[in-house]
Amino acid sequence: MSPWLQGLTRLRQYPSALAGLGIIVLLVAVAIYAVTAIPYSEARDLWRSGEAWQDLPTSAPPVWADRLLGGDAPRTIRVATDDVVMEQERYEGVRLQRATLPVEFPYGGFPQEVNLFVESQFDDRQPFVRLTWRTPDGEAIPLGARRVGESERISISQDRQLESRLGFAPQVGLFTDAAPGTDDPQVRQGTYELVIEAIQFEETATLDANLVVYGQVHGLFGTDHKRRDLAVALLWGTPIALAFGLLAAVGTTVTTLIIAATGVWLGGWVDAAIQRLTEVNMILPLLPILVMVGTLYSTSIWLMLGVVVVLGIFSAGIKMYRAMLLPIREAPYIEAARAYGAGNARIILRYLVPRILPVLIPTFVTLIPTYVFLEASLAVLGLGDPVLPTWGKILNDAQAQSALYHGHYYWVLEPAALLMLTGLGFAMLGFALDRVFNPRLRSV
Amino acid sequence: MADAPLMEIEDLGLSYATEQGTLRAVDGVDLALHRGEALAVLGESGCGKSSLAKTLLRTLPRNAYPPTGQLRLQGREVLGLPEERFRREVRWVRIALVMQAAMNALNPVVRVGEQVAEPLRIHRRASRRQARQRAAEAFEEVGIPTDFLRRYPHELSGGMRQRAVLAMALVTEPDLVLLDEPTSALDVLTQASIMNVLKRIKHERGVSFVFITHDVATASELADRVALMYAGQVVEAASARAFFDEPAHPYSRLLMAAVPRLHQERPPSPIPGRPPSLLDPPAGCRFAERCPWAFERCGEPPPMAPCGERHHARCWLHPGLGGER
Amino acid sequence: MTTPQPSTRPPQAAPGEPLLCAEGLHTHFELRQWGFVRVGSVRAVEGVDLTLGAGEAVAVVGESGCGKSSLARTLLGLHRPTGGTVRFDGTPLNGLSGRALKRYRARVGYVQQDPYGALPPFMDIQRILAEPLIIHGVRGRAERERRIDTALAEVGLTPAADTRRKFPHQLSGGQQQRVVIARALLLRPAMIIADEPVSMLDASVRVEILELLRRVQREHRLALLYITHDLSTVRHYVDRALVMYGGRIVEQAPVTDLLARSGHPYTEALLSALGDPDADNARRQREVPGGEPPSLVHPPSGCRFHPRCPHAMQGKCEVEPPPPDFRPRADHRVACWLHE
Ligand SMILES: Nc1ncnc2c1ncn2[C@@H]1O[C@H](COP(=O)(O)OP(=O)(O)OP(=O)(O)O)[C@@H](O)[C@H]1O
Ligand SMILES: Nc1ncnc2c1ncn2[C@@H]1O[C@H](COP(=O)(O)OP(=O)(O)OP(=O)(O)O)[C@@H](O)[C@H]1O
Ligand code: SF4
Ligand SMILES: [Mg+2]
Ligand SMILES: [Mg+2]
Repeated sequence: MSPWLQGLTRLRQYPSALAGLGIIVLLVAVAIYAVTAIPYSEARDLWRSGEAWQDLPTSAPPVWADRLLGGDAPRTIRVATDDVVMEQERYEGVRLQRATLPVEFPYGGFPQEVNLFVESQFDDRQPFVRLTWRTPDGEAIPLGARRVGESERISISQDRQLESRLGFAPQVGLFTDAAPGTDDPQVRQGTYELVIEAIQFEETATLDANLVVYGQVHGLFGTDHKRRDLAVALLWGTPIALAFGLLAAVGTTVTTLIIAATGVWLGGWVDAAIQRLTEVNMILPLLPILVMVGTLYSTSIWLMLGVVVVLGIFSAGIKMYRAMLLPIREAPYIEAARAYGAGNARIILRYLVPRILPVLIPTFVTLIPTYVFLEASLAVLGLGDPVLPTWGKILNDAQAQSALYHGHYYWVLEPAALLMLTGLGFAMLGFALDRVFNPRLRSV
Repeated sequence: MADAPLMEIEDLGLSYATEQGTLRAVDGVDLALHRGEALAVLGESGCGKSSLAKTLLRTLPRNAYPPTGQLRLQGREVLGLPEERFRREVRWVRIALVMQAAMNALNPVVRVGEQVAEPLRIHRRASRRQARQRAAEAFEEVGIPTDFLRRYPHELSGGMRQRAVLAMALVTEPDLVLLDEPTSALDVLTQASIMNVLKRIKHERGVSFVFITHDVATASELADRVALMYAGQVVEAASARAFFDEPAHPYSRLLMAAVPRLHQERPPSPIPGRPPSLLDPPAGCRFAERCPWAFERCGEPPPMAPCGERHHARCWLHPGLGGER
Repeated sequence: MTTPQPSTRPPQAAPGEPLLCAEGLHTHFELRQWGFVRVGSVRAVEGVDLTLGAGEAVAVVGESGCGKSSLARTLLGLHRPTGGTVRFDGTPLNGLSGRALKRYRARVGYVQQDPYGALPPFMDIQRILAEPLIIHGVRGRAERERRIDTALAEVGLTPAADTRRKFPHQLSGGQQQRVVIARALLLRPAMIIADEPVSMLDASVRVEILELLRRVQREHRLALLYITHDLSTVRHYVDRALVMYGGRIVEQAPVTDLLARSGHPYTEALLSALGDPDADNARRQREVPGGEPPSLVHPPSGCRFHPRCPHAMQGKCEVEPPPPDFRPRADHRVACWLHE
């Protein structure tokens, strides 16, 4: 059995390694799901668009967080004219369309907002729409009448007139039977109705309306200040974090190792040059350079990755690998390889490098989360990729919106938990691998 | 045999815990050594020679199980002594050890003189001056000029370092010195001069030696008695004369024929096969698989049987066990 | 001709000319302080003349540090000689580089002292043995496997299939050394240089390996340079022996002649320091010349052995130049003034 297989079999004896491996498998599964469910360009566009998110509440915590605390905050309710039968009556030259949108409201809290999205098609005469709110008791509250354009948002909860008429903000006043001006209005649960009456002046004109009663909570992960569902960012942040961590770790470790091996094998000025370059690079601070590149040039994640890898190559790792490789350079098997005619490249890649790969693997595994964290830190510092949703960007947004001050803990905790889970998974596997492949750490 | 032997080993056993299971490195070893005698422990690599030496001095690695059996020094059982007393009364006081490759284990940043005096300071609680005095004497004894006392190990040649390590074992004037392959890493001339030193010390001081080696010719340079080990067991224990002239055990005989000699027309003949694994040794005679004389009885483990004056062999062929040659 | 031919190549040297011929060979290593200041040099090989005929087995005997390995490495082209010439099969080795050097390497097998160290621990035997074949352009898996099997069978590691999948640490020292020998034979060399091939093995295994080397040497009519510090392992396995001291060859003769009628005081010292196993050995002190092996940085003047030599003649032996080779017998050379 090869030493590799042997090492991996031995890994089974470490429960922490299995747990770590489990976490990593889970993250990878999530990442794969993310990229297959929402392709890269789609995810990028989705995250940037405003429209896609218009019927989600702003900064709404996840449903389970509210329910866990015994809350009964409303979820978002959407009712469209397509879901109901549209009555039609004809008068001389005009049509009267009427739709009743039922709103089943069983929650203990008031909605965040109430909006009606109206779309209509006409040639040149806009339809005229009148809205009426009907409470479960049958009381009718007129919401006003107006002409509507092709696509219009009627913000019912923003209606100042209505507010003064009701004595409450509309999203409260419409859902309570408390007397106007009461300090602590209670929700009147039951089925409400929005009656839409449209007068069409053209024969072919149409009207579609979509009522959104915004909840106070949303989905599994909640939403941010731009109504975007955090699920998308958290989901898509996974492949980005893993890819960034993996590519940076592979890029730095493998290149570092090969460069160190080349220096050790060729010696002379090549080695000296690599050493001096490393020494200079080691005193260059990584973060300020990244900040500089980010502010002056671009914050594209792939550019950052490149900078991290390039600066990571000539790092302390070179010194470490060099120290490990120097005695191996003198190994008889290398001399034997020279004696049977192996060239420099072959000796470096096939005889020197594989010898310390086992030591490299744990380093490599524990390095992955370091780079994941680095990416997150960059994003928090405002150097996140401008277009991609990542965990770091969520944190950055949360920070910008003073999420913690406003009590939106979920907004910070969710990406933080994922970051920690990633760190934990790779660390547990990495430390176990270290024990397996690093005999010095293995007690007999 | 009026007085008790200097050292008596009875049914000594030592096992290591390994990843593959329990490895029995020393199995049922009986030996006796009189004052002033040198015993060569011979055997091929991995047969348990170093483990035997480490058991006698209890400098065992952590994965070793506690040794079993008895070790008597002048009739007094010491294997069961608590560690603290063993250290105070036996180790380096009565028995000193020159470990395998000890010459490479000298502390590179301490002068050799101080390192040689170290055991005196620890075990005999000697004053600094006394210790230095004794170290100088020990240096002279092993043939190093005394001005080398102030040098560092890397300033000494391999032969000199080996002598220094030897001096370190001799400073406390122990009754018994264990030497684990003291000359294997040295070239022929240096090896011969160190053997000369050992012979002289043995002759002049009456120190007893247990001399571990895998080289038959080197063993013959010092030994009064020879114990040949095979797969964790002693298979033959005899006087040097009997062992080199008329070995009793088949393994001894084949081994003697396998030794390359300077002055012999007949080429040496190798012993076919390999020693068994100590993780799972054969139930019967451990040499049976390679033994050209093996017969049915060899499926049972042979005991150590006498076959002459202080001569024992672990073989069913032996007349003492009723086998015919 | 990168692809070695299917059968042992007959050496192409002109008849009468030896396969390997070194003249006045010097290999010095510079001693530097702080990496650049030259503070002297180690004269590991100093003016060695050596010939090795096709199919001839020759031993180089000498104590530790006398320059044996440096000589071997120089002949292998692993060190550049500081002076002198080496000709192999009629071609000078000095200027060889690139393809020509690679071709030379296919013709010389190398067996090292430490069999475990000589095998890359992360490759299995199959891979280890495939490496030289791949490097020398033997294409085709089947062809490589066939040659690997042949080589393994040749060194007695049968069935080959059992060994091929193993890793070096799963073999005993003797088996490892057999693999090393198999690797040295794979490219069908004309010469094998074995640097202390048995000194790290057990006494009982030593003889097996030496017999194996002798057998393949004879079967393939290989030139064998067997380097050892142990004179007792020379008889029966080589035709001729050279004794090396302080970077120089001090005596050379057919092996039986050398053992029976050694001419050089150093060889005599070696012979008297050694003994065949005997109970009487313990009762007598051996005659050992005093002193230490010579420094190769500041070697003694004149005869390198004179500070330790019991027969040294004042006013002669310590005077430069060192004694030249004298020939007490036709094929026996001794570099000692006693034979003037
Ligand atoms: N610390 C240890 N743990 C496990 N096994 C060990 C340990 N030390 C030695 N062994 C095994 O015990 C057996 C005897 O080892 P030991 O070192 O006593 O042999 P030896 O005769 O001194 O060999 P050598 O001539 O190579 O020094 C070997 O099989 C060895 O692998
Ligand atoms: N690459 C090197 N650089 C500097 N000095 C060297 C080098 N290789 C060998 N030497 C020195 O050259 C001298 C001869 O060494 P060499 O290895 O040839 O001796 P050897 O006869 O093979 O000894 P051994 O029996 O110990 O193998 C030694 O003093 C050694 O320290
Ligand atoms: S030349 Fe002189 S010193 Fe050298 S070996 Fe001969 S006798 Fe001794
Ligand atoms: Mg040992
Ligand atoms: Mg050497």
